[in-house]
Amino acid sequence: MLSSQIKSNEIVFGSCNKDLLEEIIFYGMELGADFVEIFVENTDNSSVLAEEDFITSVSPSFGKGAGIRIFKDKKDGFVCTNDLTKHGLMRSVSQAIEMLDITDNKKRGVFNGLDKFRDYSLSKKKWINEVPSIHEISEKLLVSTKSLKKNNKIITRKGSYSRNLQEVIIASSDGTYVSDIRLHQTVGLNVIASDAQYRSSGSRRFGSSGMPLEFRLWDHEKAANDVFESSMNMLYADYVDAGQMPVVLANKFGGVIFHEACGHLLETTQIERGTTPFENKLNEKIAHESVTAIDEGISEGSFGSLSVDDEGMEPEKSVLIKDGILKKFISDRAGELRTGHKRTGSGRRQNYSFAAASRMRNTYIAKGEHSKEDLINSISDGLYCKSMGGGSVGATGQFNFAVEEGYLIKNGKLTNPVKGATLIGEAKEVMPKISMCGNDLELAPGFCGSISGSVNVTVGQPHIKVDSITVGGR
Amino acid sequence: MNSKEITTQISEAADSLNLRKWDYGASFSNDYSVQVDNGEAKQLKASQKQILTIRVWNESNLVGITTTSDISESGIKKALNQANIASDFGNKNERTEFSPLAKDPIEVKDSKKRNPVGIKKLLTLLREAEVKLLESHESIKSVPYNGLSESFYERVYANSDGAFRSYTKSQAALYLYARAEEKNKKPRSSGSVKLGYGVDDIDIESCIKDASNKTISHLNYKSIKTDKYLICFSPESFLTIINAFSSMFNARSILDGVSLSNKNSIGEKLSTEALNIYDDGLHEKNISSSPFDGEGTPTKRLCLINKGRLENFIHSESTARIFKTIPTGHAGLGSKVSVSPDWIVVEKSEENSDLKTSLDHSTYEGEFVYIEELNAIHAGVRASQGSFSLPFDGWLYKNGKKISIESATVAGDIKYLLKNILNIESNQKVTTSGISPHIWVDELSITGDA
Repeated sequence: MLSSQIKSNEIVFGSCNKDLLEEIIFYGMELGADFVEIFVENTDNSSVLAEEDFITSVSPSFGKGAGIRIFKDKKDGFVCTNDLTKHGLMRSVSQAIEMLDITDNKKRGVFNGLDKFRDYSLSKKKWINEVPSIHEISEKLLVSTKSLKKNNKIITRKGSYSRNLQEVIIASSDGTYVSDIRLHQTVGLNVIASDAQYRSSGSRRFGSSGMPLEFRLWDHEKAANDVFESSMNMLYADYVDAGQMPVVLANKFGGVIFHEACGHLLETTQIERGTTPFENKLNEKIAHESVTAIDEGISEGSFGSLSVDDEGMEPEKSVLIKDGILKKFISDRAGELRTGHKRTGSGRRQNYSFAAASRMRNTYIAKGEHSKEDLINSISDGLYCKSMGGGSVGATGQFNFAVEEGYLIKNGKLTNPVKGATLIGEAKEVMPKISMCGNDLELAPGFCGSISGSVNVTVGQPHIKVDSITVGGR
Repeated sequence: MNSKEITTQISEAADSLNLRKWDYGASFSNDYSVQVDNGEAKQLKASQKQILTIRVWNESNLVGITTTSDISESGIKKALNQANIASDFGNKNERTEFSPLAKDPIEVKDSKKRNPVGIKKLLTLLREAEVKLLESHESIKSVPYNGLSESFYERVYANSDGAFRSYTKSQAALYLYARAEEKNKKPRSSGSVKLGYGVDDIDIESCIKDASNKTISHLNYKSIKTDKYLICFSPESFLTIINAFSSMFNARSILDGVSLSNKNSIGEKLSTEALNIYDDGLHEKNISSSPFDGEGTPTKRLCLINKGRLENFIHSESTARIFKTIPTGHAGLGSKVSVSPDWIVVEKSEENSDLKTSLDHSTYEGEFVYIEELNAIHAGVRASQGSFSLPFDGWLYKNGKKISIESATVAGDIKYLLKNILNIESNQKVTTSGISPHIWVDELSITGDA
């Protein structure tokens, strides 16, 4: 099989072993650091693109690098390098020390050597040989793009696959010494439909972590039907009329509203910046009593799951909001140091070239007691958001996100499809307006871009009703 | 290893693997950056990074590619091997070749390469900037997003046909994003970004002033009524919208069926005859300019819209061959080569008699919405459909007075927007992403809270 040639046969860190890691950490501490952390990474990635009935791109990539972070008091210096030799790592430590201007400082942190090795990668070393071959991926992508060709209104068909395999070693002066392997696979389908002056698009992305066989189980027929139907439903849709209105947000990727509107504002990086309205609201009501929200590190197979975070801590399940009451913030090492909120195993980074920061993992609103129909029936004039696009939140807590597939609600029933809607609002205003939660919680994979790069996350929720929100349209 | 040595090493490794045709692109960078928080250093960062992208052609002339950060001898051999294997999956329907212009002379600007000033000076300058910004107005309580950085990098392109290009340069960037708070009012936030070849070239004072003025000017905000309004786009916001819909000019997007244009669109009237748009990667004001693209093709000034009509598309080697023209210097380097604009320049053409020149944002006393900055482009633009729905920072002008808009979105269609340009003001403004004057457009939908 060609795949076995494209895959690495082994994952190696060269001479980057325990003795060297300890030597480097001792070196940093001797020079006056309070804390030294080394993150070493080795990656082996592949992506495949199918367009119409052909494979048009196969792109393998691989690499190695290290990120070294030094803390002194509440500030940190971070240096990244592709040079994993002793000389290269020592130079990076020196540079970080020099940046913090602490060479020969008499006050030194304590380092008693690395603890017993915690190897989270033991059961995962076989993954690289279990993931599908490029040939297998190509064949399935071509079958899926063929499945999208359901009528002559579909003018473009794309299927894409991406596999990221990352092996890491994390060692730090508090004794942390761990290794892990992370595997993420995503597959996406996209179409553009066109008829005279009308155009629409449809897209869906599916993803998993730590499940090498997942791609083989992917139901491409169901996925293709879903994407096709979405594009057809939206092809002749009118633009939505703008205004304030109640909305029902569908389950799965509808969870992006919580991710953007509230989740980011519960990260300690936002407390550090003073950009969250929830900073002093612990144990206070910040949302409707129907809202319970959770951020957890391990949900089997979910895209944001971690065995260990990028600072070497096992991730905990964090109940962020319980019945509308704020219970916890999402914290990393720097967040704990600078804000006092205990680490939650949420220190995450895209790769070695970013310092870890407090980031969401699998974040969702817990299920409630209502059916989807209960929510829709309760609205006489509003919007049903079946599929959401991307979104963002700004420094004042104002968020926005796009509705890819929406339908008007009239007298408690779904009616015409509408396009061009954007939901905008402010976190502290919208959270109390989530008045009903459905009983159909589902999760969806996504990518989140923030201070420490793009990381894999899960968003999720049951169907929810927002009593009133600004819908941008025409 | 330097770039000449890497080229030699790739050549020797390729020979040993019996690979006759190859090319590569590489970048080597050193970056230094600082962030501060109330006078204290927050995070100080340095990085040394290298990225190497190798393409090889197999005996059937199909291309394969691999990217790596490992430029050791073994890393290079592994990359060549992987690219060779990947070439079995090369696209048989759209062949890739070397750019025919990869050995043409390139126009290298005075690169104005600067020496590093070092982390300590970066920190001192940023601390001072933060203090000045905090002191500029009592309502400015913090500068939550800030950073000062300097970068030094080399870009390389070489191929087995003897082409070799190398380009080194330096660049510095400062961003300051202030947050203002007043009692019983929502916080307001705005910022400014400045670029230079080095830190000493950056106008720090004007960055502070811009960030402060923009932030405090929005303190007295009001909701805007949902309706259609006469719109004036700032230079920054008009460039944002043109860049968001640049697939109109992009031959790759046309071939992929995701552009509003098609192969026969050249000559199509898109807007008033008063509009010219160029892509000018080598413009003297473009700090980030590069004299060649990912395939080694020289960068150049190219007219995209001439007197309102589509004049040219931007091309890679393969799209140019399909369109029976020459590459334009806009390619990346990939298994499927991407194409993107460099530096958009918008200007008023000589055919401007149909413009309503009374529309001047500094003097017009009728009602209009001034769009200062568009946000969340990744979420609110449907480039393949032409539609947009975007949050913005801006103003409602009425009877000679201006009121900051609390929160709103502007929605529309790019073709409608271009066809309904009413005026192109005379003064062009240089921004970090291109050059444009203020542009007036008739009747776009604004959604507000009122």
